[in-house]
Amino acid sequence: MSLAQKYPNEVNQILAKYPPEHKRSAVMPLLYLAQREEGYVTKDALKDIAQMLDITETDVASIVGFYSLYHDHKAGKYRMQVCTDLPCALRGADKFLADLCGNLGIQVGETTPDGLVTLEAVTCLAACDKAPMFQTQGPDGIQYHENMTVDKTLELIEALKSAGKEVK
Amino acid sequence: MAHVLLRHRDIPNLNQLDVYQKNGGFEAFKKAITAMKPNEVTDVVKASGLRGRGGAGFPTGMKWSFIDNKNWPHYVVANADESEPGTFKDREIMESNPFQFLEGLAIASYAVGANAAYIYLRGEFWQVAALLDEKIADMEKAGLLGEKLFGSDYSLKIYTHLGAGAYICGEETALLESIEGKRGQPRIRPPFPPAYGLYGKPTIVNNVETFTNVPLILANGAEWYKSMGTPDSAGVKIFSLSGRVKKPGNYELPFGTTFRELVYNYGGGILDDRPVKAIMPAGASSSLIVVDDKALDTPMDYASVRTLGADLGSASVIVIDDTVSIDWVINKTIHFFKHESCGKCTPCREGNHWMMHLTERIHSGEGSQNDVSLLLNVAKQMQGKCLCALGEFATMAVVTGIERFPQDFQKAVKA
Repeated sequence: MSLAQKYPNEVNQILAKYPPEHKRSAVMPLLYLAQREEGYVTKDALKDIAQMLDITETDVASIVGFYSLYHDHKAGKYRMQVCTDLPCALRGADKFLADLCGNLGIQVGETTPDGLVTLEAVTCLAACDKAPMFQTQGPDGIQYHENMTVDKTLELIEALKSAGKEVK
Repeated sequence: MAHVLLRHRDIPNLNQLDVYQKNGGFEAFKKAITAMKPNEVTDVVKASGLRGRGGAGFPTGMKWSFIDNKNWPHYVVANADESEPGTFKDREIMESNPFQFLEGLAIASYAVGANAAYIYLRGEFWQVAALLDEKIADMEKAGLLGEKLFGSDYSLKIYTHLGAGAYICGEETALLESIEGKRGQPRIRPPFPPAYGLYGKPTIVNNVETFTNVPLILANGAEWYKSMGTPDSAGVKIFSLSGRVKKPGNYELPFGTTFRELVYNYGGGILDDRPVKAIMPAGASSSLIVVDDKALDTPMDYASVRTLGADLGSASVIVIDDTVSIDWVINKTIHFFKHESCGKCTPCREGNHWMMHLTERIHSGEGSQNDVSLLLNVAKQMQGKCLCALGEFATMAVVTGIERFPQDFQKAVKA
């Protein structure tokens, strides 16, 4: 099913933001929409967006490749993206991430065996005064989690786990 | 002193439209539309001495006066990409005092004759964008956005646009490319956006904090604004304080406040009461200031910070104490810029790549003094040759780190 069939209202709202002769501008919001269910942009979605905006699939793929928040492959249901940039690192972000890896038994870039969380190290998220911090990118968008500890993070993961079960 | 920008800290629930309006909100926008010509608005902003808060410090009113009136339509774009490591002020404004920002954006749009304005938020500000969409809807319902505002012929729509994780999109022409649905790579300038901006049309791009100053400047006058700060740097600034301080956070202070006041009075001093070793006043893009009593007593304004061999930039003050080695600091900044280089121009793309290899070798203890010299050489070779400021920024901490803290690199390399 195409994006326009699946989410007609949202697609129309997105297209209405830009002058009709510049509808290519809608590529970024449409990619977010396309990622919502699978957590990454499928080949079919690339084709669908390209057709909707009269651009090539290569054009769309180049946007996916350029921007960090678009993904071309499947990962955990939630991507847990820990900021390890200078200001956060001055407040213990590297140690936090290492301890978290130890507790989860995975390395940066890996996914927990249940497929729930992929752990990533990312650049600055504009929350330098509330380190250690990370964002989760998942089916419900992006959420910030600030002033974190390993214990609080493990609690969050438990909550995400049970939230998933309720949906099923 | 009452806040000018972070007014939500003085007035509870200022993020509600009725509370904002009870506190004078949208009176300045109404006054502009009903009692002032567009160029009169620009003249007030010019006279106030307001300079761009995104980092470059360009005079705001002058930028607005550059708009090309022979080419239409015009656009105004708010740069809410806030991605400089150490900067987290625009997010607080948008979350807690959103209407003052939106009113400033609306006034700027009237001043340059734009009927559409876009807010470009970094993709990570997903929740902030959702909140602004609600606030924009509140304004539309209240007749503060839309057709024929305040009985005039002026119409305005404001839209949010989410980026998707790319520091380079804070560069204004890369930002415009990104709104156009392309990779965020800077354009060759000139032409500058006031002549050739969004969709090739005249466009004014300003930072969120810059816009947020405008309603109170219009309400209270240019002289009021100039009475704060220094002659060179008028008004107030939000200083984002981070790093090894006890109380990191945003502090709105007049320009000319000293580093010592910020770090010790507001920031509560250094963790474990260690001495300050270095300060980066403009985030990861900053030169490293060697901190001594003279540096601590230097006023934070554009001209004074320059006497310390650094720029104030967006005033994202990262504090480094004596437990931290500078070779580690530049390892962090180089990784950042390597990741964020857009790849369009060779000096930045290749330079950052090789700087990363060198810093890794040095930082792992496998490097030699020759590697340090080569790293300095690569950084200097990049300077003055990159298409946009990102490539230049990438070299600032490297060059000043190696030149001003040589002992840290001697310790890091093999004897």
